[in-house]
Amino acid sequence: MAKYLLLKHYRGGPAPCNDVPMDKWTPEEVTAHIQYMNDFAARLEETGEFVDGQALAPEGEWVRYDGEGRPPITDGPFAETKDLIAGWMIIDVDSYERAVALTGELSAAPGAGGEPIHEWIELRPFLAHPPTITE
Amino acid sequence: MDDALLRSLTPGVLGVLVRRGADFAAAEDAVQDALVEAVRTWPADPPRDPKGWLVAVAWRRFLDATRADAARRRREDLVDDEPAPPPVSGLDDTLHLYFLCAHPSLTPSSAVALTLRAVGGLTTRQIAQAYLVPEATMAQRISRAKRTVAGVRFDQPGDVGTVLRVLYLVFNEGYSGDVDLVAEAIRLTRQLAAAIDHPEVAGLLALMLLHHARRASRTAPDGSLVPLAEQDRTRWDTAAIAEGVGILQIALSRDRLGQFQAQAAVAALHADAPTAEQTDWVQIVEWYDALVLLTDSPVVRLNRAVAVGEADGARAGLAVLATLDDTVPRYAAVAAYLHERDGDPATAARLYAEAARKAPNAAERDHLTRQAARLNTGR
Repeated sequence: MAKYLLLKHYRGGPAPCNDVPMDKWTPEEVTAHIQYMNDFAARLEETGEFVDGQALAPEGEWVRYDGEGRPPITDGPFAETKDLIAGWMIIDVDSYERAVALTGELSAAPGAGGEPIHEWIELRPFLAHPPTITE
Repeated sequence: MDDALLRSLTPGVLGVLVRRGADFAAAEDAVQDALVEAVRTWPADPPRDPKGWLVAVAWRRFLDATRADAARRRREDLVDDEPAPPPVSGLDDTLHLYFLCAHPSLTPSSAVALTLRAVGGLTTRQIAQAYLVPEATMAQRISRAKRTVAGVRFDQPGDVGTVLRVLYLVFNEGYSGDVDLVAEAIRLTRQLAAAIDHPEVAGLLALMLLHHARRASRTAPDGSLVPLAEQDRTRWDTAAIAEGVGILQIALSRDRLGQFQAQAAVAALHADAPTAEQTDWVQIVEWYDALVLLTDSPVVRLNRAVAVGEADGARAGLAVLATLDDTVPRYAAVAAYLHERDGDPATAARLYAEAARKAPNAAERDHLTRQAARLNTGR
């Protein structure tokens, strides 16, 4: 039993095989892509492996502390930032192998021409709770 | 109304219904109905035989539900055709349910969830909270598990090892939310030990008790890990240790050693040492030798390297470590510890930092980061 984060990037990963930006797809292709993601999440709920799925707006800001009694500073967005997170899904599975298999399935979502995008998805294990038996 | 009594009776009652031919989900519904009825009527009219009462009410509910459902006509025939169920001891029915919930056709997470639901009597919401998943996800996991085992018939006894692995998982990998899964694992293992006479069941129970006894001293108030050698031994639960050691001694006297007894023996030797310095590492190495033979597990070999380092010196521990696969989890942490004991803080600091990057949980990562920081800043 382990949780994994499946991280979708707007950019920052290696280029996918079917590398056509979404705004160049047909509306039907966009619908099919979204349907695929929804079906994927529904299947995971069915198997008892779904934890969470969220999408992020592409535009964000950087925020930091600016000293006692002063409001935080905001800056950006920085166009040059290489890595941009699009959203995530969190799964709870029995093995790393299962996590890889599901990530592969998610990456097969259809894009332009109805063909799989082969999108690169970042797979990150969660840090778990420490076990009871430690030595 | 005694909630603990009801929960302890539940698996036996469910076991009777399943053995009589009720499918799992229907049996569980019927038992839930009977429990609700018990909560309502027992305070005014307590039964002389609580379990017999629950079986009778649950069985009637099951038959009513089955008859009411025309689509389930076939099952009704099945039930009607069956000869009157023979009286079997409650313990056998409880045992039957343990085997069913840990059936090898289930994945580990499904077996854990089903065991906690059906044997432990926890609610789906409690189990979902304990494993930090949405309640809907846990409900699906449990109902799929029920479907998976729906057709299982027990013509021969199951393998108790599968049940022990599930209980070990509950004990070792639970979060501590509303429900104390560690205590629940001990309760379920105790109940199993009462139902079956098996040295490994006793071994697992002893192992749990001995580790549980050290629980209060294992984390500092801020949640950080306290290594065994630095734990305040006055906070160990001596009653739990005495019980664990007693159970283990009886199990070992049966001369059917298994991995849980051997692990419990290591835990008992730690529990027995008045100070970390007085730990009998030579005997611990011997138990790890036995464990290597029993399990051939790389994790056991790694633990054995630590024990050799304590028994025969860090150099000897490092020599054992050099023969092991360095991809085993916590290899770098063990290497760091042994290098520091061997008088090489620079290497140890580098390895602690590496171990922190590879740590499987935040508490260990923070502990290892502090070790690296301590060596790097000379504190």
